[in-house]
Amino acid sequence: MKALKNPALALLGLCLLGVALNFSVNAYIQLILLFAGVNCLMSMSLNLVNGYTGQFSLGHAGFMAIGAYFSAYASTRWSFAPPSLLIVQYFVFTLGAGLVAAAAGFLVGLPSLRLKGDYLAIVTLGFGEIIRVALLNMDFLGGPRGLSGIPGFGSFLWSFSFASLWIVICFFTIWRVMRSSHGRGFLSVREDEIAAEAMGVNTTRMKVKAFVLSSFFAGVAGALFAHFTNFINPSSFTFLQSVNAVIMVVLGGMGSMTGSIVAAIIITVLPEALRPLQELTGVDLRMVIYSLSLILMMILRPKGLFGDMELGDVWRKYVRRSA
Amino acid sequence: MSDVLLEARKITMRFGGLKAVDSLEFQIKKGQLAGLIGPNGAGKTTVFNMLTGVYQPTSGEVLLEGQSLQGLAPYEISHRGITRTFQNIRLFKNLTVLDNVLIAGHQHVKYGLFDTLLQTENFRTDEKRLQDKAIDLLKIFHLEEKAHKPANSLPYGEQRKLEIVRALATDPKIILLDEPAAGMNHSETHHLMETIAKIREEFKLTVLLIEHDMKLVMGICENIIVLDHGVKIEEGAPAQVQSSAKVIEAYLGVEEKE
Repeated sequence: MKALKNPALALLGLCLLGVALNFSVNAYIQLILLFAGVNCLMSMSLNLVNGYTGQFSLGHAGFMAIGAYFSAYASTRWSFAPPSLLIVQYFVFTLGAGLVAAAAGFLVGLPSLRLKGDYLAIVTLGFGEIIRVALLNMDFLGGPRGLSGIPGFGSFLWSFSFASLWIVICFFTIWRVMRSSHGRGFLSVREDEIAAEAMGVNTTRMKVKAFVLSSFFAGVAGALFAHFTNFINPSSFTFLQSVNAVIMVVLGGMGSMTGSIVAAIIITVLPEALRPLQELTGVDLRMVIYSLSLILMMILRPKGLFGDMELGDVWRKYVRRSA
Repeated sequence: MSDVLLEARKITMRFGGLKAVDSLEFQIKKGQLAGLIGPNGAGKTTVFNMLTGVYQPTSGEVLLEGQSLQGLAPYEISHRGITRTFQNIRLFKNLTVLDNVLIAGHQHVKYGLFDTLLQTENFRTDEKRLQDKAIDLLKIFHLEEKAHKPANSLPYGEQRKLEIVRALATDPKIILLDEPAAGMNHSETHHLMETIAKIREEFKLTVLLIEHDMKLVMGICENIIVLDHGVKIEEGAPAQVQSSAKVIEAYLGVEEKE
């Protein structure tokens, strides 16, 4: 756990893992792992809003789409760096994607975060759909055909390291914010808005802050997604994508960072891992098993895998005690 | 006039056709311990909600140290120095006792987002200051040993105490206590009375409390405002209020004359 607390060490560890994976698994599994990385960013960032701040957002795919289109468009039109510095360019565009998504988050959040519960869910759902439909009708972004030929990182190792960098940034940002007065402000909004206001917490501001930070990382996730797949179109960012992010947060446990990561990996890998079963039986049992396991999960562990604990707490609670 | 801390000027609250509070006027002096009493449904909690900005008065205004609080959000009023506890405890239940107190200190935090991310000196010293202050406050109420327990694991009486600690952590000028002794037995109430007197001395606080427990109110309040059906029917020292015919009528009713 000490290493996790140190971003540089965590990044180094992930990069070493990348090197190992580079030689040990095939390109298909490597691509799935990259998607797992994208989903980690999605679930961690959504956890900030849905888990810690207690607001129900259903439009996370919208912010992802904004980030993806920004970085994809920028890297095909505004390329500025020589090939040796391409990674810097990617970083700039990904950062830009996050900032544009964050700005969108601010615009959407400011009016809609005055709403509560179901109403907020509907507004954010509507926002996600508006983005998708708007993209369908924007010719300079390819309309329904989308954008193709988006440059990638060239190798798995670069892709994986780049994703790791953002995952580490995202993880430590949220982790540290949650252990500061700002994070406690988010939690107070979730626990009791009226009491939070009476204690001097500007709840609207807190919600907008959480929403903006969350949108930022969703935008980054979108940008990574665009560079990994080299092709995006509006149907990459449907309502289902938003729901998927919510499932990851709920499965991992509302308000658990490590839970979000574990859930993102499970949700990405499980459908693919079940693919051989489909070949074996000739029937597509994947979705049946996938949904059954989700239902079972909610019956057996209604608060998610980790509840609101982190991996370290779970370890201390269950593993050490039984040892 | 300068020693008036909180003043209500003809505050009225209407909910549709119902006048919950009607042209209520009162002044609370600096350092005073005032009580707001009245039968059920008299509008006491509505008054608190108007004083703290949860409701905007339909008409009239509230002044703190001569400055109008009109149009301010509850958190802004909290920054100005009015804090409160709640009739039905509103702690941040799933958070630790310490976090509950720390959240009330949020308004005094000086570090920003980047200090947090880079864990700067600024962040560490300010966070340390907050934590120390919160622990000191908890010590006064003998809650420091439970600092890392979730708030909802505390027994009822301690939850009420924690609400007071949390309110004190905002560095208030005046604290509004909404039925602090509700659900407490005699000895707990007695203990609470002492605590209220103590914090008032120690923090040079002004206190306004709503209470049903007459013994508590008559025992410690210097000035009592009696509310019935949203109208102030009496105000004065405990002895004066106790002997007021109007107050007795409001609480016990009058004999019908044949």
